[in-house]
Formats: sequence, C-alpha cells, structure tokens
Amino acid sequence: MEKMQCKCGHVNPPGTILCESCGRSLTEEEQNKKLADMRYEGTARRSQTYNKSIIDKIWNFFSSVKVGVSIIVLLLIAAAIGTILPQAQYVNVPVRNDETIKAYYADVYGEIGKIYHFLGFHDLYSSAWFIILVGMLAISLIVASLDRFVPLYRSLKNQRVLRHRSFMDKQRIYAEGPAPEDAMLKAEEKLKELKYKVTLDKNGLLAEKGRFSRWGPYVNHIGLIIFLFGVMLRMMPGFYVDETLWIREGETRAIPDAPGYFLESKNFTMETYTGEGDEAKFEEAIDRVGSVAKNYQTDIVLYQTPDESLPGATDDMEQVKEHAIKVNQPLKFDGYAVYQMDFRQNELKAMTFDLTNKETEESLGSFTIDLVNPEKSYDLGDDTRVDLLGYYPDFSGFENGEPQTETPVPNNPGFLVRMFTPETPDGEVSFIVIQNTIEPLGENDYKLTFQTAETRDVSGLTIRKDRTLPILGLGGLIFMIGVAQGMYFNHRRFWIQKQEDGELVLAGHTNKNWFGLKKDLDQVSGFAALPPYVDQQEEIEKQEKLKKEQKLEGDELS
Amino acid sequence: MQEDKKAKKTNKKRNRAFMRLAILSLLVLAIGYTIYNSVTADNVEVLRVGDKAPDFTLEDMDGNRHKLSDYQGEGVFLNFWGTWCEPCVKEMPAMDRQYKEYEEQGVHILAVNIAQSDFEVQSFADRFDLSFPIAIDKSRSVMTAYNIRPLPTTVLVNPEGDIQRIITGEMTEQDIKGFMEEIKPQ
Repeated sequence: MEKMQCKCGHVNPPGTILCESCGRSLTEEEQNKKLADMRYEGTARRSQTYNKSIIDKIWNFFSSVKVGVSIIVLLLIAAAIGTILPQAQYVNVPVRNDETIKAYYADVYGEIGKIYHFLGFHDLYSSAWFIILVGMLAISLIVASLDRFVPLYRSLKNQRVLRHRSFMDKQRIYAEGPAPEDAMLKAEEKLKELKYKVTLDKNGLLAEKGRFSRWGPYVNHIGLIIFLFGVMLRMMPGFYVDETLWIREGETRAIPDAPGYFLESKNFTMETYTGEGDEAKFEEAIDRVGSVAKNYQTDIVLYQTPDESLPGATDDMEQVKEHAIKVNQPLKFDGYAVYQMDFRQNELKAMTFDLTNKETEESLGSFTIDLVNPEKSYDLGDDTRVDLLGYYPDFSGFENGEPQTETPVPNNPGFLVRMFTPETPDGEVSFIVIQNTIEPLGENDYKLTFQTAETRDVSGLTIRKDRTLPILGLGGLIFMIGVAQGMYFNHRRFWIQKQEDGELVLAGHTNKNWFGLKKDLDQVSGFAALPPYVDQQEEIEKQEKLKKEQKLEGDELS
Repeated sequence: MQEDKKAKKTNKKRNRAFMRLAILSLLVLAIGYTIYNSVTADNVEVLRVGDKAPDFTLEDMDGNRHKLSDYQGEGVFLNFWGTWCEPCVKEMPAMDRQYKEYEEQGVHILAVNIAQSDFEVQSFADRFDLSFPIAIDKSRSVMTAYNIRPLPTTVLVNPEGDIQRIITGEMTEQDIKGFMEEIKPQ
C-alpha cells in the first residue's frame, strides 16, 4: 500500500480514510458517502497497513475485533458446556485420583461422559485449551487496543482547527448561512462558558470537550488485562488456597496449605429454631419443612508450631487463639480464613459392650472400646478379660478369611475378640459387627452384647487464602473507571468557520449522546445567533422511512 | 535526502517488528507458564521431582524418632499408607523383603500411616511381621507437607536429600527393587 497524498498536500499513512490535516475524504467510497465515518477519526488501523512478515500476520489476526468477539463467544460456549455435567472437584469418588475420576464420568454418564472427560470439560478452568483461549483473549485485547489507541491518540493530539468544507458538510450536525458580525466571538464566549476548550486559527474555531472519554475503552481493557493477570497468578503456588478439612470433635489436625498451623475441634453444634417465644415467626416454616437451622458452629483452638519446628513434631505447639467458627464468621489468621461449610453428625466414637453368658444372660461386666484409640485388652477382673485381636472400622466382608475394612472411618465397626472367663480360660473367639456376631471357631458360651454408643460430629471446614484479591480488585476498579469514562462522558466537538462571503459554516460531532451535543449547540446558537443546524442522520432516516412507506403504499395499490 | 528517508523507514519497520515480536512472545510465555502450573498443580501442588524433600520428624511404633535430614547421604523410601487401602496391604510384604536386603546398603524404609489408631497399626505390623519402622502421622502434618492425596504414595528421597521420584499406586516387588537401586548411595 502506498502513502496517500491529499489535495491539500498532506501525506497520510496508507489506509487513511479522512485526511489527517484537512479532513477531506481520501477514498472514493468515502467520497460518495453522505456522512463521514468518524470512527478512529478516519485514521488507518495500524495493522491493516502492513501485512508482510509472519509476525505481522499474527499481529493482524489478533488486531481484528471479529477475532476478539469470536474468542469471547467460544469461551462462553465452553463455559456453558462446562456446566452440563458436574466439575471434577464436585464429583464424589471414594479414592480421588485421575483414574477414578475418569472412571466416574464413564460409569455415570456413559459415552458422553467419556468424551466430556477426554476433552477436559470436567476440569474446565484448568484444561490447557481453555487457558489458551483466555490467553488469546488477552493477546487480542492488548493488540487490538494498541492498534487503535495509538493512531487515534496521535490524530486527536495533532488535529487542526481548519477543516475542509467537504469534511464539515459530511458531519451529522451541520449548519451554514449568514450570521451577525460578532457571531464567532460570541460563540467562543458561550462555548468557553460551557467548559469547552476553544482554539482559534485564522478564520476558524475548534471547540472541544471531554476528549478523555475516548480513552474509556482502552482504560477498560487495561483493567481487564490486570484482572486476567490476577487470575493467572491464582494458578501459581502460594497465591491461592482453597482446601477442605474434615475434622472430628477432639481431633487436632494440620491445616492444609498452611504450614505450621494446627486446628483442634472442641465441639460442633447445630441449632434449630424452636418455633416458640421469640422464634414464633418460624413456626409456619417449621411445620412445613420439619426444622429450620439457626446456627452451625465449630468451636476450635488454633495452634502454631515455632518456625524451626518440623512437620510431625506437635509437642511444641503453642495456642494462638480460641474461636467459634460460624457460617459467615470465619476464623482469620495470617491471611487465611477458615469457613464453616459442612458437617456430619453422629459418627461413632466409642462403643460399650457387656460380656454375657449366653445361657443365663448374666453379665460379667461391661467395657468401652474407644474407637479412636482401641486397647489391646480390656480387663474385667476375676480372671475375666476381653482381648481385641482385630479392629475393622468400616467392615466390608471377608477376604481369604481375613476381615476387611473399606475406609478408616468407623461407619460399620467390626471387632475380632477373644473372651476369657473363669469357665473358659482358653478363651473363645468371636467376631462382632453391629447386630451380628460370628463365631468362627465353634459355638461359644459367652457373647458380647452391645449396650450404648458415644458419637461425635465432624465439621467440614474450608480453608481459603487469596493473595490475588487486591490485584483482581484493582483490575475491577480500573475496568469500572474505564466504563464510566466511556459511558458517562462524551467527546464533543464543534468546528466553526467564517467563509469569505461572510457566511458561517458549522459542524458538530460527538462519540455518543447527540442529544447533549444539540442541547449545547442550542445554547450557543441562541446566544450568538448562528445559522440553524440540521441533524443529517435524522434527515437521511426520515427520507428512507418515507421511501419505504411510499413503496409499501405502491405495493398495496398494485 | 531520499536515502536518508529510506533508511529511517526501514529502521522504523524493524523497530515495529521487534516491538510486536516482544509483546507477542511475552504473552505466549505467560500463557505457557500458566498452563505448566495448572497441569502440574493437579497431582502435586508443592512437591515436584527434583525438589528438596521437606524435612520432618516422626516417632515410630517402637518410640524411635526419625528425622529425614538425619539420613542425609543415604536413600529414604518413604511410603504413605493405611490399613484400609488394599494395594498398600499388598505391597507391604514385598517392601519388607527388599528392606532386609537394602537396609545394610544404606536405603531406609519409613512407612507413614495416615492418622490411624496405634492398635490398628500395631496389629497390622504384627500380622505381616514387618521389620521396617512404621510411624503414625496423627496430625497429618507430614501428609500435608508432602501433599499426599491418593494412597499408597511413595516418595523416593535420594542421598542428596532431593525427591528422586513420586509413585502413586501399587508397586510390584520388581518395582520396589528398582526404586531401591535408584536411591542407593554410591
């Protein structure tokens, strides 16, 4: 492409539509238009002008708004598809690894689940192609903005006061006609009063206001880029923590991803509304749904080990604080927040049995097995004792005669015991699960009868830490500033020129809110007695509408 | 004059190409790094092969303290397990046989149980007559430091104290022997 020389002598960069200097239309297409295309002030988008090396071609690809919008649409579609089946993090598998999750999708959702998993929709935000798409969006934002911002900035910075007549009469707001001698002076005075920046050159005047509103979209994009940068940081280790911790009453556990910190659960409480007294207003709801939760609370103690302490050493822990974690009232420390998220009630903690004679049903004494810390032997005195041979917290059946446990959680505890009494000094072997006793080595004289059980609750806590929040906040703020800048402010300009014959020519342009521009102009026109203006866009629309109506009428007649 | 202009033009062109290349490659690098992070974060968030193995200290069932850094210069075969985990149960006897062979050659096994009761762990050890030290990570702080998710997970620590390999899932006796060789001090 060649540089374009305008009739006025100014040499414009290739691809320019309106001469940078005088505003004449440079292309034939533009010359035939009734109104000038004022986007980007008629400058050439930089990338369109050079298209030679591979880098230029890649650059041009990302510079296109069409490409940018397509990427956004693709992201939207992908995100929508990502909501059809549950994301991997919400999938419930007993053992969590890549294989079991893959199998879960295949088993539960069949062929579709397989494809879904294969394409990475099960963990959308971490799948490579999704990240690449977001990255391409970032590239598109930066490249497209640079390509448009630079020429626009240059053009507005160097704009001339005097424009060619053909530029003026192709503006949407246009006026020409006789005016009083002092019209220019008075117009200048009024425009200044309306906070316009007025520049004069020979017989012309340029009044401008709110140019910064043109930078709105670019500021907006800077905000988006910062936001995306913050999201990118979340993937880096140390910036973002979102972990789950199941903790039982009485347990002390290391807090995931918070080295050196430990949490002890003292107590979990769930309260419901009674529907009486002050809470009478809940009565109706309670009748309808059974119970209404009032509070979920975990009373915890936070401990910290000294800096030099190693994982595994918990003797030198120091108490940091006690706290009651409630919904929306997290425990906060060192940038972390621990939230109450979930609970499981009534997990078995201890079981009490009686050693009884099967025939007489006489009890030789009772003992309690602490499921958290079972003992080897329970002595009941008088040569009577129960030895624990095996404990299977989640009994799931026998394999080669050996009892199996499916999980370490006491959901279905099984005990293999040997019972010694004065009558049976060699001991009798028995296997006990809830509501069932097996006597593997022959008929016994004694049995264990279940008496009572103690239970405890488990709190589901979420540990969060987000160091990217300030960055995301800043990105969001800049984004909003950009939006406000572009939406609530307008770039308004008036060009007025005194012709040799004494008549005035006036043109007006704004990037949005033509109503506001006209209101300003009405004030100036009234004060300085300027010739009446027309809105050429409206004229064109009116004519088109008229034509359409006439055509319709004609169609009906024929 | 004309030549001067031409030189300026090519100069400008070169600058522009350079700028574009710089911006594009910077962005591509950022995307690549993000993907690398998200892919590796799935399995092991903090630990990667080649990292320094986090030091820890645990007391085994016999009351002996084991501190990882005390084994500097020797290999450590760190096995995380639970009695409920089937593959763990299967590989333990094989581990014990290999332990007897390699203990003298400077490869130690430490089996870290995840927060089960003393009774369960002790009766398990008795059942298989295991001779290597077993420690219980009651507070799960070692498990957390090593970011252990599935069981069994075995972390091989070489004589330099670095992570040589991370194995998730069951190992055959042949595997175990090979891994022992990998971290055997020269």
